[in-house]
Amino acid sequence: MNAPTPVDEAGPDRIAGPDVVDLGAERRATGIDDYLAGLDARLVGLTPVKQRIDEIAALLLVDRVRTRVGLATGPPTLHMSFTGNPGTGKTTVASAMGEILHRLGYLRSARVVSVTRDDLVGEYIGHTAPKTKDVLQRAAGGVLFIDEAYYLYRPENERDYGQEAIEILLQVMEEQRDDLVVILAGYADRMERFFGSNPGFRSRVAHHIDFPDFDDGELVRIGEMLLADQQYRLSDDARATLFDYVGRRRSQPHFANARSVRNALDRARLRQANRHVTAGTVAVDDLSVIEADDLAVSRVFNDRPDDARESR
Amino acid sequence: MRLTQGMFSFLPDLTDDEIAAQVDYFIRNGWAVSIEHTDDPHPRNTYWEMWGQPMFDLGSTRPFMTALAECREAMQSAYIRVTAFDATKGWESPRASFIAHRPTAEDGFALARTSVQGRTQRYGIRADVTDRPTAGRYR
Ligand SMILES: Nc1ncnc2c1ncn2[C@@H]1O[C@H](COP(=O)(O)OP(=O)(O)OP(=O)(O)O)[C@@H](O)[C@H]1O
Ligand SMILES: [Mg+2]
Repeated sequence: MNAPTPVDEAGPDRIAGPDVVDLGAERRATGIDDYLAGLDARLVGLTPVKQRIDEIAALLLVDRVRTRVGLATGPPTLHMSFTGNPGTGKTTVASAMGEILHRLGYLRSARVVSVTRDDLVGEYIGHTAPKTKDVLQRAAGGVLFIDEAYYLYRPENERDYGQEAIEILLQVMEEQRDDLVVILAGYADRMERFFGSNPGFRSRVAHHIDFPDFDDGELVRIGEMLLADQQYRLSDDARATLFDYVGRRRSQPHFANARSVRNALDRARLRQANRHVTAGTVAVDDLSVIEADDLAVSRVFNDRPDDARESR
Repeated sequence: MRLTQGMFSFLPDLTDDEIAAQVDYFIRNGWAVSIEHTDDPHPRNTYWEMWGQPMFDLGSTRPFMTALAECREAMQSAYIRVTAFDATKGWESPRASFIAHRPTAEDGFALARTSVQGRTQRYGIRADVTDRPTAGRYR
């Protein structure tokens, strides 16, 4: 066999410049670190997701430097799929993604256009293409977030207009991938089936990111952060009760991770208010404290799972 | 005869990059951008045909440039102009308008004389091309 011809890695067109590039300085110049640190503080857990964001940031940074020194860099494909159970932060992270990719110089704007099937698919012949194109016009230069993407594909109805939207999307995801990042989101099993019947999507999506369920401690921390945003806090007893609550709630139907915590706390605020109004007077400090009782009356403690109906 | 209407019409035709740069400016100002075409270049013919819908809330120039390319492909022998509408003040008004495509051979205009009330003459202009039926214009 022939020995491979040695290739000049730098290529003939390498632009003269320093031999070493300070990637740290490069990174600081984008201001991305401040933003990512803020995101890290704002989002509890989600370690694998944050890791992947760091990797993407590193790739885009290196690409920028490569372009500057004259090395070939095709635009990377950044379309993503976010899979995970309800309330695991998919929508929240998607809206941060616009800002991240914009700061890294990959997208023109930080805009995230969030849509579902109804925004893309029309109701009669000739309605779908203009609808989809209109959305794509708005999303161009930023992120298009398609929540519950599998609803686009309805194999049971062979004349479903979803197929038309899918075809337009596939074309734009290919031709405008340096101008638009598409994020498809949904529950893991259904997304898997969706990709199975739409291989075009699978091959265009470079990053499959899975959002794990939060553990009990993380859910309590999320709860405390949500409360802090509204200038409430948990008493020590209440914190223990919330911990207990999330453990039980998890095994009941319609559990939606962070969203279930938020809903439980919303109800706790109602009960807290009611408790104070019934008492007639309240110490100013107590206005911002949620007590164990405010949570304990919550339905899960009655162990009637069919009662745990909760809207998303 | 080179048609001079709208902005930039005394300059050489804008390149695609220059058109995109203009549209980028329109978008940054929050203006809606639209593409229109006509085969009747008379200066009083202000209402040209629309190519698609006006593009409100464009995220980048890319979808616009794609639509312009499609319009040129279909309307090679027409005039195509780009207009930016500003509705941000509550009333809607064109802020910018320029020709983005012209037929390879541009016909000129004729001076049309009309006699009225004896020897009085009224003068007007008529685009030569409009003498021909629509189907045969700018062949
Ligand atoms: N890691 C996190 N830290 C703090 N709060 C979070 C975190 N993840 C989600 N939340 C909060 O939980 C709520 C639900 O999150 P989000 O809407 O992003 O979930 P989702 O995965 O999109 O759910 P669904 O699949 O049901 O649409 C939001 O109010 C969000 O602020
Ligand atoms: Mg969501």
